[in-house]
Amino acid sequence: MILGLRIAIRFLKSNKGQTLLIVLGIAIGVSVQIFIGSLIQGLQKGLVEKTIGNSSQITITSGKDENKIKDYEQLVEKVNSIDVNISAVSVSSDNAAFLEYNGNSQSLLVRGFKIDQADDIYDIYDRITEGSYPQNENEILLGIDLKENYDLNINDKVVITTTKQKMTECKVVGFFDFKVSSINSNWGITTLETAQKIFEAEGSITSIEIQVTDAAVFTTDDIATVIKDSINRQDLKIVHWKEQNESLLSGLQGQSISSYMIQVFVMISVILGIASVLAITVIQKSKQIGILKAMGIRNSSTRYIFLFEGFILGLFGAILGILFGLGLSLAFTKFALNPDGTPVINLYINYSFILLSGIIAIIASVLAALIPAVRSSRLNPIDIIRNN
Amino acid sequence: MNKILELNNVNKIYGTEIKNQVLYDINLSFEEGSFNSIIGQSGSGKSTLLNIIGTLDKATSGDVLIEGKDIKCMSANQLADYRNRTIGFVFQFHYLLPEFTVLENVLMPYRIQNGKVTRDMIRKAEETLKLVGLDKVKDNLATKISGGQQQRTAIARALINNPKMILADEPTGNLDSDSTETIYDLLRNINEEYKTTFIIITHDKRIAEKADRIVEIKDGRINLDLRK
Ligand SMILES: Nc1ncnc2c1ncn2[C@@H]1O[C@H](COP(=O)(O)OP(=O)(O)OP(=O)(O)O)[C@@H](O)[C@H]1O
Ligand SMILES: [Mg+2]
Repeated sequence: MILGLRIAIRFLKSNKGQTLLIVLGIAIGVSVQIFIGSLIQGLQKGLVEKTIGNSSQITITSGKDENKIKDYEQLVEKVNSIDVNISAVSVSSDNAAFLEYNGNSQSLLVRGFKIDQADDIYDIYDRITEGSYPQNENEILLGIDLKENYDLNINDKVVITTTKQKMTECKVVGFFDFKVSSINSNWGITTLETAQKIFEAEGSITSIEIQVTDAAVFTTDDIATVIKDSINRQDLKIVHWKEQNESLLSGLQGQSISSYMIQVFVMISVILGIASVLAITVIQKSKQIGILKAMGIRNSSTRYIFLFEGFILGLFGAILGILFGLGLSLAFTKFALNPDGTPVINLYINYSFILLSGIIAIIASVLAALIPAVRSSRLNPIDIIRNN
Repeated sequence: MNKILELNNVNKIYGTEIKNQVLYDINLSFEEGSFNSIIGQSGSGKSTLLNIIGTLDKATSGDVLIEGKDIKCMSANQLADYRNRTIGFVFQFHYLLPEFTVLENVLMPYRIQNGKVTRDMIRKAEETLKLVGLDKVKDNLATKISGGQQQRTAIARALINNPKMILADEPTGNLDSDSTETIYDLLRNINEEYKTTFIIITHDKRIAEKADRIVEIKDGRINLDLRK
């Protein structure tokens, strides 16, 4: 084996131009693979982030008509400790109501949050464009669309009317912008206590909202199942984002498949390239192989020569390809910028994916060397000795 | 003396459609430690015979026995190991590895056997190269020396594993008569010192006459078998 490696290195060194060409070929394949992979993963991440980044990914609601979850404190505590991939848990008391101001009236979803918890999911603090967040009783945060529609100002009083016709006067403490018009014109955010009071639901909530870590976004369904099993409450309903976004998921899946296809074909072309060049090398080196065999080298050792050639070419091709791929990706994120300084294409540099691409390239190169290796072991020394 | 090698009724036919018989019922045996020469006209079948003796080629029919053992019963790996340990080849054309230096070429049979080369072995290779007058060019690539030097490198390579038997096909074909003389004296010395068996094909009558035995091949048959 050592001899095989030694001879492989010497063969590669003695044919520097050819060696460099194959390494470059592999490197280009690997870098294309890394670039396309990073691009598709970046696009998908961006899309998922936009769709579910600021919303509940797993929601626990009551399965019963009156929509109330009592004894929620223990439940929240339990959910918090179920899975390390759960990154945020927030309770809310959501109720439909009417908003009345200055003779105008419209429907409003009043969401009572523990603001700190809800911020983990909705980034509430960052989204406040004016004023502050509700802290005291009967304070409310409204969307900027309402401010424009009704000419509202901070410290104005609005009236919230429940479906049971109970009226409560609330003070507007600020405005938020979620960049989604249905939210900006329909949500009113208040504290959990205020919501519970207005809607006469002390001691209960309507839902527990959960977010998971980025790494677990696509296994949210599994986490939902774990939660379901461990809280084991038939009266609660658990839904996750994957059930609610099937078309997005199938779109992502299609994209993934086409990205895999591209990567597979890039790899196949690299393998064919290496295999054909190494096949030529066997012919080029058949005289040497014949001489070595006459001197008593075993067939297995000649196989090692070409397998090592494949391995070395793959290794250097992979290293160079990773450098190219990373360089290309970084150049894109650094230099192809929108006017506001954000990158035009958001690449996702996933190091384990990059490492995997490199390893696949090395394995592919060794596999590609298999045919020439077997061919070399079949070479008969007498054919070389006789034919000079 | 022990028979190191025995050929029984060996025939060699080239080609399957148009048959070309090159060797006819060869019966030959060689004694351990003997110095043999094979002569004959060009195309008479000398190289073919030597390749069969060296297990590189297979006889169409008949048996080749090495120390009493039929080579038909040996696996490819056994044959390779046998060639490596027991036979030193010097081919009609030098057949060095162009990617390696003179010294590395000489050490190659040892490397095939042991993987790694010891300091002692390098010293031995250098001494052997000195013996054939190549100590000055030992670090040249095998392609960067003259034809005669290449032939001498091949001789040094054949000696490195202390083989029991050296098969040489016109080893001095490219050398002037002085060098030829020197090389033969060298081979003869090795033969006497290490009891190495030599089977040498040569066109040079003077050289053949120095051997213990002359075998003449004519049209694939043994025409003459002279022992001193
Ligand atoms: N591969 C082959 N296929 C068919 N015929 C062959 C082959 N190799 C050799 N021959 C024939 O076998 C005969 C003997 O060849 P061989 O090489 O043994 O001769 P030789 O005695 O070594 O000659 P020289 O002194 O020129 O080297 C020749 O007639 C040659 O044409
Ligand atoms: Mg010949």
